[in-house]
Amino acid sequence: MTTQRAVETLWPPALFGAAFLVLWESVVRIFDIAPFTLPAPSAIFTAFVERFGQVREATFETGTNALVGLLLGIVLGVLASLLTVRFVQVEALLTPLAVAVNAIPIVVIVPILNNMLFGTTSQLPRRLMVMLIVFFVVFVNVSKGLRQVSATHLELMRSYAASPTAIMYKVRVPNALGYLFTALKIAAPLAVITAFVAEYFGGVQNGLATGVRNSLNGSKDVTWAYVIGASTLGLTFYLISVALESAAGKVNRTA
Amino acid sequence: MSAATDQAKAVVVSDVSMVFNQGGPGAVAALDHVGLEVEPGDFVSLIGPSGCGKSTLLRVIANLLEPTAGSVLVNGKSAHQARIDQDYGMAFQQSGLFEWRTVTKNIELPLELKGWDKQRRRERVSEMLELVKLPDRGGHMPWELSGGQQQRIAIARALAAHPPLLLMDEPFGALDEMTREHMQSELLQICAATGTTVVFVTHSIPEAVYLSDRVVVMSAGPGRITDIVSVDLGRDRDEDTREDDTFYKKITEVREALRGGELTDSARGIEDR
Repeated sequence: MTTQRAVETLWPPALFGAAFLVLWESVVRIFDIAPFTLPAPSAIFTAFVERFGQVREATFETGTNALVGLLLGIVLGVLASLLTVRFVQVEALLTPLAVAVNAIPIVVIVPILNNMLFGTTSQLPRRLMVMLIVFFVVFVNVSKGLRQVSATHLELMRSYAASPTAIMYKVRVPNALGYLFTALKIAAPLAVITAFVAEYFGGVQNGLATGVRNSLNGSKDVTWAYVIGASTLGLTFYLISVALESAAGKVNRTA
Repeated sequence: MSAATDQAKAVVVSDVSMVFNQGGPGAVAALDHVGLEVEPGDFVSLIGPSGCGKSTLLRVIANLLEPTAGSVLVNGKSAHQARIDQDYGMAFQQSGLFEWRTVTKNIELPLELKGWDKQRRRERVSEMLELVKLPDRGGHMPWELSGGQQQRIAIARALAAHPPLLLMDEPFGALDEMTREHMQSELLQICAATGTTVVFVTHSIPEAVYLSDRVVVMSAGPGRITDIVSVDLGRDRDEDTREDDTFYKKITEVREALRGGELTDSARGIEDR
């Protein structure tokens, strides 16, 4: 029953994707487009298979940076929002700083971090960059979730003479959980993109963006092979976020 | 009135005034020297136009608002102490069920906060689910229930700790007419079974008359009690009561009391000059 439904929902996008690839391949062949302008899907696939080891290694490097930064950003973002909601003074200090840091372009932050923190030998600056981006998304969303609690729920808790701590973990935190997962679905692919882009501004010579940059002078099929790695990585991060969200929903129900 | 009789009352509101934004430019007198006594087991409705302070009065009794002047006794204690002791349960127009908790976990919440162990909580929950006639809905999530069922769960939650007093703020206001009448009968049965005292805020005259032993009529600007209508329809009310002549007579009486409030308003304006 569920497999049948999966097939039913999957065949239209699968068909569309296949049709798109066929169209792409035909356009390249019919108009005889040069490989350094636009390679055909078949050529990209061949390059991907030939360089699978390199692409996999680069994906792993960028993926690790994204994952470490993502986890750090989530932990810090959640902690910061808990603090700002519980203590008003912290909010006055932290929120403007978070907004200001978020407004500095990656182009600026990454070279600065590279200079400061052994950027030529370490992945740390890239991971910190991802952390900063993720932190902001998580901080904004989770703070909102902790604050936007229904007035009726608060009155009820007051009528039960509940302590601020009880209100925090029985109302505010569960209310913010949905916001956390929304933040995660935005932040997870964003972490991959940030880790990728951060490689453009110097530092250790490995990872997906490095692979893309080094292949730009030659035939573009290799470049696209790295793009496959990047897309797969971003998609994986997103799908894991979605899976975590639905798992949390099921746990909630049986608890 | 002596302190001894006050001890025996479910609610004693003495000379309560409530001013919002006191001293500010937008100062609003929501309640002006209001007094009210509710006997144990009584069903009392507060009715009046928007802004007459009926919801404010309910929140003052619940100690969700601190009155500007006057005092409130609930169950012979200060309103504050009564809230700390969970001497009342509360239900609102929005069922206010926690959407991330199952029905069972929703009803359990006040008991959890009282520190009851799990087995004791589960026993009480099944008792409450029986009471509101939804015995097999414990595992459901709130959104899987109809509006009327959600309100029943909210009532079950409000009564879970067996409080002697139930405070309700237009609990059936968002329900359709048929469900609403059904819920009113259910509520009367629940109150008869548990002996709970009820203070009930409503906009609806038939609802107030059908449910109440006494209907407290309020008027706005500033909010005060203008009349109290006793409804002698007996305790065994059913669907036939809605066809009863006394029922219609009392509806007219409350309606006239509500209009009278407006008349007094203008009369006072003239007198003041």
